[in-house]
Amino acid sequence: MIRVFKAEWRKLRRPTLFLGTLLASAGLTGLVTSLLFLLIDSPQGNSDRGNMVSREILQLPSGLTIGFSNAAGLLGIVALCVFAAQTAQEYTYGTLRNLLVRQPRRMQLLLGKYVSMASFAVVMVILAAAVSMSLAFGLSGKAKVETDAWVTSDALQELAKTFGNVLLSVIAFGTVGMILGLLLRSPISSISLGVIWLLIVENILIAVKASLGKWMPGNLMSTIATGGTSEVSYTHAISFTAIYLVVGALIVSTLFKRRDVSN
Amino acid sequence: MSNLAVAVQDLSKKYGDTFAVSHANFEVPMGTVCGFVGPNGSGKTTTIRMLLGLISPTGGSGEILGHSIKHPEKYLASVGAMIEGPAFYPALTGRENLNVLATLGNYGTDHVQSLLERVGLGDRGNSKYKTYSLGMKQRLGIAAALLPSPKLLILDEPTNGLDPEGIQEIRDLLKSLAQEGTTVFVSSHLLSELELISQHLVMLRKGKVLFAGKIEDLFLAQQPFILVKTPNESDLLKISEIAVAAGHKSTIRSGVAHIEGPAEWAAELNKSAFAAGITLSQLSPMLPSLEETFFEMTGDSE
Ligand SMILES: Nc1ncnc2c1ncn2[C@@H]1O[C@H](COP(=O)(O)OP(=O)(O)OP(=O)(O)O)[C@@H](O)[C@H]1O
Ligand SMILES: [Mg+2]
Repeated sequence: MIRVFKAEWRKLRRPTLFLGTLLASAGLTGLVTSLLFLLIDSPQGNSDRGNMVSREILQLPSGLTIGFSNAAGLLGIVALCVFAAQTAQEYTYGTLRNLLVRQPRRMQLLLGKYVSMASFAVVMVILAAAVSMSLAFGLSGKAKVETDAWVTSDALQELAKTFGNVLLSVIAFGTVGMILGLLLRSPISSISLGVIWLLIVENILIAVKASLGKWMPGNLMSTIATGGTSEVSYTHAISFTAIYLVVGALIVSTLFKRRDVSN
Repeated sequence: MSNLAVAVQDLSKKYGDTFAVSHANFEVPMGTVCGFVGPNGSGKTTTIRMLLGLISPTGGSGEILGHSIKHPEKYLASVGAMIEGPAFYPALTGRENLNVLATLGNYGTDHVQSLLERVGLGDRGNSKYKTYSLGMKQRLGIAAALLPSPKLLILDEPTNGLDPEGIQEIRDLLKSLAQEGTTVFVSSHLLSELELISQHLVMLRKGKVLFAGKIEDLFLAQQPFILVKTPNESDLLKISEIAVAAGHKSTIRSGVAHIEGPAEWAAELNKSAFAAGITLSQLSPMLPSLEETFFEMTGDSE
């Protein structure tokens, strides 16, 4: 499996993909964090969907990572695109047959690929956290936010917790991308289906019937990043995300193991 | 250990109710070059995919290097393959593309450069795959197949898109690999492209194996013939009579007599014609192509 992992990284480290993705993640996280501080007194709100995050909340030990965790959904979308494209392109380029000739154990190929993409997500999330926290410190003065609580051991604990949750959430989004990629075998269709579902369909469904939010995979995965909300608890989000992903992974891996490779 | 690189028994692949490959039986002895010939859609790629564990047969069985094709992980480490044309990552260089596969197969990346040189891409290894010409892509595919220093090399139409010089280079490469002891199983839709380098042939048509064996057996079956034309068409009949009298079958088609017989007999015929006062405007001893011989043998002249 280590061979698959290393081989996959040879593709992932391609500058346009690697730097491009990292730049996008850093940019998106930076934007979300900056708005949080720069629009702190704006009546339109400084957080997603016009929510307000007040100075008092930002000054708590958890305030340091609010920008970072707010960006999790966007990071998730980026991960979904990367996982889906890297998986589905093996079909559209026809390279899967080469991979399977060099590694005929299909489950190992799949797992190695998954682990290497997950490690890519780790790099992405670390960078996003670093960018977000640097900006938080940098903009705190301008936004008149006290940072004393951010350098306590409580803050460190909050950071560890938030980092873990965001990472879980981002990898969950990526897993959905890989499942879609294996299912649809085309980067364009798997990415568009994933993104349209997450950004549009789910939001419409939840707008029509709010209680559906408890069951929508995208909403559940975003909830993981925030550590739970008043509507959806953290345990509920984790358990149902796990169920969705395990079922999805079982289906696609069985398909991948059995299916003829004739591209 | 058996001395067969490939052996298949009743190997079949059915899509819906049509057989892409139907009850194929053939063997490829170790250390030979075996041509795998059939027209478009005859099932060459489908067979090769089954040999490599990419698709599962709907019937029959097969062994590669002594292992069942049900367990490709047991033999693929010493098999190199290019299936249905080259396929690589367009945004990676030729070298990086080979590195990916070398890493995956655990062969190390040290001999990637020498492989690039061997296929004539020594100075283009650092260009992106998407900038390659068709012939260069094909060469990279062959280099990838050579990565494992394979015991068995399976190439699906490796000369597709190559110019005559390129085709010759590939032939030379395959010959030198065979001399080093590699067994080569190479497909083409043209027998003429493979007859010079193959010792064995498997001929496929509409999913069925029509001939599998030594190429000599096809050579032996080759029937030489002589083409004769006369300025005066009515003389052709007389020529035919002379031939038949000497025990050679003759048929007249569109103003040309086809007489079965070896080249040496042409001089004989010339003499007899002269004696009968007939001038010949053409007298050409010919050998049918292996392809023609093959279709004659199988009674299929389509
Ligand atoms: N995945 C598939 N589904 C349905 N039919 C298929 C599939 N793959 C191949 N076939 C059919 O099987 C037959 C043999 O195809 P194959 O690709 O093996 O031929 P080939 O000898 O390689 O031809 P070519 O010289 O054109 O490459 C064709 O009729 C093709 O349409
Ligand atoms: Mg083919």
